[in-house]
Amino acid sequence: MDRDEAFLQFLLRMGDNTLILGHCVSEWCGHAPVLEEDIALANTALDMIGQTQMWLGLAGEIDGGKSADDIAFLRDAWDFRNVLLVEVPNGDFGRTLMRQFLFDAWHLIMLGRLMKSSDERVAAIAAKASKEVTYHLERSGDTVVGLGDGTDESHDRMQQALDYLWPYVGEMFSSDDVDAEMVAAGIAPNPADLRDEYDALVGRVLTAATLTIPESRFAHKGGRDGRMHTEHLGHLLTQMQWLQRAYPGATW
Amino acid sequence: MYAQMVKSAGTGVKSREEMSEQERVFQDKIDADIKIEPKDWMPDDYRATLIRQIGQHAHSEIVGQLPEGNWITRAPTLERKAILLAKVQDEAGHGLYLYCAAETLGVSRDEITEMLLDGRMKYSSIFNYPTLNWADIGAVGWLVDGAAIMNQVPLQRTSFGPYSRAMIRICKEESFHQRQGYDAIRKMAEGTPEQKKMAQDALNRLWYPSLMMFGPSDKESVHSAQSMAWKIKINTNDELRQKFVDQTVPQAEYLGLSIPDPDLKWNEERGHYDYTDPDWSEFFDVIKGNGPCNVDRLATRNKAWDDGAWVRDGLLAHARKKRARNLAAE
Repeated sequence: MDRDEAFLQFLLRMGDNTLILGHCVSEWCGHAPVLEEDIALANTALDMIGQTQMWLGLAGEIDGGKSADDIAFLRDAWDFRNVLLVEVPNGDFGRTLMRQFLFDAWHLIMLGRLMKSSDERVAAIAAKASKEVTYHLERSGDTVVGLGDGTDESHDRMQQALDYLWPYVGEMFSSDDVDAEMVAAGIAPNPADLRDEYDALVGRVLTAATLTIPESRFAHKGGRDGRMHTEHLGHLLTQMQWLQRAYPGATW
Repeated sequence: MYAQMVKSAGTGVKSREEMSEQERVFQDKIDADIKIEPKDWMPDDYRATLIRQIGQHAHSEIVGQLPEGNWITRAPTLERKAILLAKVQDEAGHGLYLYCAAETLGVSRDEITEMLLDGRMKYSSIFNYPTLNWADIGAVGWLVDGAAIMNQVPLQRTSFGPYSRAMIRICKEESFHQRQGYDAIRKMAEGTPEQKKMAQDALNRLWYPSLMMFGPSDKESVHSAQSMAWKIKINTNDELRQKFVDQTVPQAEYLGLSIPDPDLKWNEERGHYDYTDPDWSEFFDVIKGNGPCNVDRLATRNKAWDDGAWVRDGLLAHARKKRARNLAAE
């Protein structure tokens, strides 16, 4: 794999994560448990869509001058490079916030490393996104603690959410040829090297939330290399891409 | 705006002779454009009417998230998705300011929310209409926010301080939304034949419901006089509707879209457009709960509230535990 191809894959991984998670979070609009959460969820989704525009915009430049929209709306599921964690359905509010927390913790650590990227464009996007994600993590972490250490029911729901989502955590730390190429170029870190910091951070918050991390380190994989997404992604894309697909060539 | 047919409490406008001393002082302040603040004395009927009006406005912002949210996951570009998300987030924020303004009158957000959910309080009739194609999102910004602004701009001068201040903030954001809406529908009107068809379809469906947003004709509006004396309402329904029509017709012409009213024409003598009134029997049907989306909208809000109960309870329980732990540590 040459460096340009690896760089493109790396950018798609970053941009597809925020695109798909931003999309899922936006599904909450008007349905949150309390008004402040409606606002916070919309705000989080909005930040992630903004980050998507930057990551996929850069990917498009590398990929023969495509637009971020071409990439977002005109690829099929097998070309998506997001981790499986972000495409699992929202479930209840607890699962949505637990998924957000497990992602935010990885995301903030990753962005911190990318701010030191040898590629200035990557460093600039990371610096901007990092400010937003600092807030996302603060909020998702606080909410996970509040609900984990709330009532019996909220505790049980959060534990169920953690049990369901934990097998999707490991994929964020898997490494392949793309990562090796990015490490060699000084563009991005080896994901595996982020795991200790992640475990410490997540362990601290989940302990405060009185939740138990499942013992199994089994990890579902197949999203970040596109080998095998979940069944959910196809449904998400049919909705997200519908107008672009039904009316090709139109501008909106 | 989003306040329609707000029933004024009380028996109607009192003459100065009929007023008590307190009422006279209160009315003098209003007449002198001095704002009424939450701690000031106010007639019970003024308070009750304001709670209804601000509550209805707040509920409209909340329920209004649903027709727009209907298209967030299908927005055709990342830019459009971001704009729509930001707009819906603003609407929820407006709901928040308005609930806060209502709280200064002594009604809690939970109480007033319950009144929405069990149907005791209303929200604007417009949100009981569906959004069926992408151009509807442009049309909602252009027409619905446009109509709302017509009503809200004068309400920046309303007599109750917290409501007036909320309106000032809200108006800034609403005019931004209206420009974005117009831009979105312009893109459609100038687009492919299919896009133009979507734009015309949206205008056809939303024109009369937008005119209904101002409430029934003044002839039939029984609540206006008292609210106008209190400066809770600044203009009559017909004045605002006319202003909206006059503003919107040239905009539609610029877009190359036809307003679905064969009798619409400029009246040189009046200096206004003559237009056909909406079908008021349809309006009263919608108000009574028989609009195309009433049942679904309210069911959606109820489900969100019920499904969220464990979250609210959980966060409250956590806050109590935390406080107890902090106290114990002191």
